This record gives sequence, structure tokens and C-alpha cells, in this order.
Amino acid sequence: MSIFLDRDTKIIVQGITGKMARFHAREMVEYGSNVVGGVVPGKGGETVEGVPVFNTVKEAVAETGAEATLVFVPPPAAADGIMEAADAGIRYCVCITDGIPAQDMIRVKRYMYRYPKERRMVLTGPNCAGTISPGKALLGIMPGHIYLQGNVGIIGRSGTLGYEAAAQLKERGIGVSTSVGIGGDPINGSSFRDILEQFENDDETHLICMIGEIGGPQEAEAAEYIRGHVSKPVVAYVAGLTAPKGRTMGHAGAIISAFGESASEKVEILSAAGVTVAENPAVIGETIARVMQ
Amino acid sequence: MDIHEYQAKEILSNFGVAVPQGALAYSPEQAAYRAREMGGSRWVVKAQVHAGGRGKAGGVKVCDSDAEIQSATEGMFGQKLITHQTGPEGKGIYRVYVEAAVPIEREIYLGFVLDRASQRVMIVASGEGGMEIEDISAERPDSIVRATVEPAVGLQEFQCREIAFALGIAPGMVQQMVRTLQGCYRAFRDLDATMVEVNPLVITGDGRILALDAKMTFDDNALFRHPQISELRDKSQEDPRESRAADRGLSYVGLDGNIGCIVNGAGLAMATMDTIKLAGGEPANFLDIGGGATPERVAKAFRLVMSDKNVQAILVNIFAGINRCDWVAEGVVQALRENPVDVPVVVRLAGTNVEEGQKILAQSGLPLIRATTLNEAAERAVAAWQSDMKTNSNLRAVQ
Repeated sequence: MSIFLDRDTKIIVQGITGKMARFHAREMVEYGSNVVGGVVPGKGGETVEGVPVFNTVKEAVAETGAEATLVFVPPPAAADGIMEAADAGIRYCVCITDGIPAQDMIRVKRYMYRYPKERRMVLTGPNCAGTISPGKALLGIMPGHIYLQGNVGIIGRSGTLGYEAAAQLKERGIGVSTSVGIGGDPINGSSFRDILEQFENDDETHLICMIGEIGGPQEAEAAEYIRGHVSKPVVAYVAGLTAPKGRTMGHAGAIISAFGESASEKVEILSAAGVTVAENPAVIGETIARVMQ
Repeated sequence: MDIHEYQAKEILSNFGVAVPQGALAYSPEQAAYRAREMGGSRWVVKAQVHAGGRGKAGGVKVCDSDAEIQSATEGMFGQKLITHQTGPEGKGIYRVYVEAAVPIEREIYLGFVLDRASQRVMIVASGEGGMEIEDISAERPDSIVRATVEPAVGLQEFQCREIAFALGIAPGMVQQMVRTLQGCYRAFRDLDATMVEVNPLVITGDGRILALDAKMTFDDNALFRHPQISELRDKSQEDPRESRAADRGLSYVGLDGNIGCIVNGAGLAMATMDTIKLAGGEPANFLDIGGGATPERVAKAFRLVMSDKNVQAILVNIFAGINRCDWVAEGVVQALRENPVDVPVVVRLAGTNVEEGQKILAQSGLPLIRATTLNEAAERAVAAWQSDMKTNSNLRAVQ
């Protein structure tokens, strides 16, 4: 099994009756993901894309044995949807929704800690492209065909920049074990550090690629973790060299507000921890190929 | 979203934070009238702009008479205030706040922020008020007191007392300090703020604790549930290009360079800017048109980027994931047919159906410069900008 997903991981989609959610549920099924149902309060009993819809996540888990969920719920209700999944015993949750209030995410994080670690749901996102283990399963909105199956683990904040990296790898015949989007929000479910730990313990992953950006302490925290705990080679790129201080660059979390949050400072911190940094986003694939040899 | 000082004070005051007596004015006459109405013999007039550093920039004046208020505010209204936070264009002064001067004994810094490391609300306080927090952390880091709030139960009284004692507040005034801290926290929590800053919070000669200045920033993602806060938005304080973009659902940040950028995805947009810089150019903007990149969005993006007079070349970089390159290419062609631009345009498409996309661009008859890799795109955009610059300066020489 890859770090979060396998061919038979049972997946539900929360908010499956929405236009975008329906589209991506179909894409996931076509990729080979084992989508077993959907949840939309009040739409229980309907069938969407060939799978049954339930009123609650608990019901979906009881009926289908669902283990993973894709949250496609609009921002005002998304935090509630994540907490519902955590309470229903879902093991892994990807939240795609962009625009969740930061204080809702603070509550979500606090709520998840009610559960002992062995029963605690893992959340990645929100505001991310999802997770893919090429050749096995897709739990997200990324285009499956740009990923080859292989041994590079990718962790990134940004969707399209992650695609750029995967495409550069494919061009060189290099495959990916799992690609995880941790999202562009200031308060997110899993950090670089959390996913680094997963990849370090994953036999299918031989090299880890980290795609960071300006804002927040998570790249620095990752550097500290790499220094002490990661034996596998790590290649990184940090976007936002030209970003001015104090301005939000698209992602709610992409804002330089403290020391250590600019791209150049993060590059320095990561390099000092032994990470090979690609200076230019166009050479991420090339850098990985070089380090792999 | 930012609001003005007077608005932040009104909000905090509703949550139990004490503030000096004050009133808003839209003209010098009104400012003088407000002072008379308030009474007293000394007032402070403060330009209301969305930026810090107003005092040093001449946006705050102490006045002892009507006449002084009149002449001080005449020099403010309609002017641009340039502080270290506004950028060189400054921000327009259209409102002035008139406040009763208070006898200051001590100044304290007080800030509430979203702490991304602990993923909680954090209180940051220091006895070195009046200075900016960046300077305090550089010069007097030992003076900073921090506390984080457990989200399930909120800020506790003991935490407030700990902060008060750490700041050396006299025992008789600790309760006032607790009320101030609780008020700021409740305003932060109830209204979905991302920052509340009171700098300085002052202790007056007559034993009061007052918020002398106040700044609040709100979470744009939570404005849907605070219509009364959304109403406080003041477009006169925003970059007009950025407000226009925001109204159209695009994410845009204006910069000082000459190469306009149109990209899908925030991370890829930042990465594209970086590549331009490494190729020897300067990006004119950050622009994320979103994952979808529909023809309408591409068209809007071209209009927006071209509204910046400094733009001398445009780089379009789209990674088509779910949608297809041929579809994006049609959008680019359609947008340029309807809104022809007089600067070179470099288009780089990648992802699904890239060959068909390239074919559409090639057959369009438009003078597009095509690129396949990110590096190539940036290099061609920089080269196009440089040669365009040369042609233009030659033209000017001929004229």
C-alpha cells in the first residue's frame, strides 16, 4: 500500500451531487479509484455516477465500509463536513474546498485531537489538488495521466505547480509513488513534516520532492525534521522569490509576514538541512534526475 | 480586508475595550466643529488611511485650537499620505479622525494574530509600545510576552492576568487589562479577524487603560457571515487594479516590472514570476486566473494586465490539467481577436492535448510567440520585452 491509498481503498465523495464534485467523482472512477458512495444531507437514497448517496457520513461508513473521503462541500459548510468525517471513523480525508474561514480550520484541528492517535483521521488540504498514487488510486482533482508510477514522493502546496513538476518527471521517465497536495491555506490538516514522516517510512518512496512557497513556518519546520529524521534524499523548490512582503499571493497562506517566511530565507534554511534546492521551477525534474543517479 | 482606525475603535469599544473620545470628519470645517463639540483644549487629528507609520509621515497632528485643526486638516484632505507601508504612490486621505488628547504615562504593544505554527490565536504583548513589532522583536525580543488561546474554551482570565503582571501593570489596574484583553479576543473570534493590533495601548496619568490606536484585518473567506464588516470596505484605499480584479474573481497583485503574467494556479503564477526574474526580466504582476482558465477568464485577464501602462510584454503560462490545451488556446485566440494588444505576447501551454493547442495558436495568424518549456517561455518574454523596448526608443528618436 502507498502512504494513504491502495487500489481497493473505499472512497466516498462528500458533496457528490454538485457539478464539479460529480465530474471529479467520474474522473476518479475512470482512473480506477474504488468510489463506493457519496454523502449529501437530504439526498440520501439517490444514485450519482453509479454509486449510492447517503444523508450522513456515519451511514455511508456503516453501509459501504468507506475508509477515505473527498470533501467537495462549499466553504461555509466544509469544516463541518470534515469534522463529520472524523467522527464517523474515516481514516483519510482530502478537502479540496478553497475559501474556508481560518477560524473554522482552527476548530477542525482542535476537534480532530479529541480522538486518540490510533483512531485519528488524517486530513490533507483544504485548498489542495488532492492525493494520487499513480497506477493505484486518485483521491483528488489532478489529471491522472501526467503521473508515471514510480518512486518519487511529492509534497506540495500548489496544484498546478505540482502538475508542472510531475510533467517534468514524466518527460524524463521518472515516476511518482504518491503525490500529496497539502494546500495553500494558512491552517492546514497536514504539514510538510507530517507527509515527510509518511514518505520516510514508505518502501515505495526513494526520493522526496517538496514544493513550498512563501509564508508560514512549515518549510522551516520540515527542514528541522529532515535534519534529524529523514534518510532519503530530498529535493525542494520554493516559489515566490519575487513576491513582495506583506502581500497575499493568491493562496490565503502565501504571505510573508515574519522572519523566515520569504522564499530566499526558506531556500537557505532547507539547504542548510542538506536538501538539494532547485533554484528555478523549470529544473525541478532535472534536479531530481541528477540526485537520483 | 482592512478597515480604518476609527472603525476598529468603534468595534473594540463595543466589545468593552476603552478608547479615547473621538469623532470622524470629512472636511476641515467639520473637524474643527467636532473638536468644539467634544470640548477640551487639546486634540489629535489623524488621517484615516489603511497603513501604519502615519505619525512619521505627517498624518497625525496635535492641535491646541480650532484654527490649528483647520489648518492641519486642510493640509491632509485630498492629499496622498506616503508611509513606509503604502508604497511610493501613497494612500488618499478622505477622512480624518479627531480625538481628545490623553495624558500618556506608559505605552504598551498589544497584538492578536493567527499563529500558523501552533494553529491557534496568539497574543503578543510588549512593554515597548509605540514601536513596531518588527523593531521590538529585533531590538527588545526579551520584552515580548506570548500566550496562545485554546480554541475549545477561549481566552482564560488567568492568561490575561499573567500577561498583565508580566507587563508590570499595577495590581489596581490588572482587572482593566483583563477586560481589554478579553474584549480584543472576543472581537477577533466573533468577527473572524486575522489580526487585531493595538499600538499603543496606553496607561494614562489618571489611571485608565486606553486603545490609542487600533488596526483590524478580517478574513476575506469569512466575510460571507459578517455583512456588517463587508460594508466597511473602503475601495479608495485599495489599488484600483486589484479591486477590479477581485470584483471579477481574479487574484491579482500589481508589481513594478514590465512583463505582464497570466497564469493558472497561485503556485505556478509565483513560479512563473521567479523564472522571469531569473531570465533577467521583472514581472509586472501576479495573476492567478484559477484552475479552469475559461476563454472569458483569459479575456478578462488580458484586459486587466493591459490596464497597467508599464506592461511591455505578456507571458501566458497555462498548465491544462482537467481542461484541455486546445480549449485554452481557443480562449487565448478569441481574447486577442476581441482585444488586440500592442505588446508582444508569449504563450506557453502544457498538459492535456498540448499539440492541438499549439496548432490552434500557429494557425490563428496572430503574431504570438510560442514556447514549450517554462524556461523557454520566460527567456522569450524577456527577449521580446527587450527588443520591443529598443524598437520603441528608436521610434521615439525618429519622432
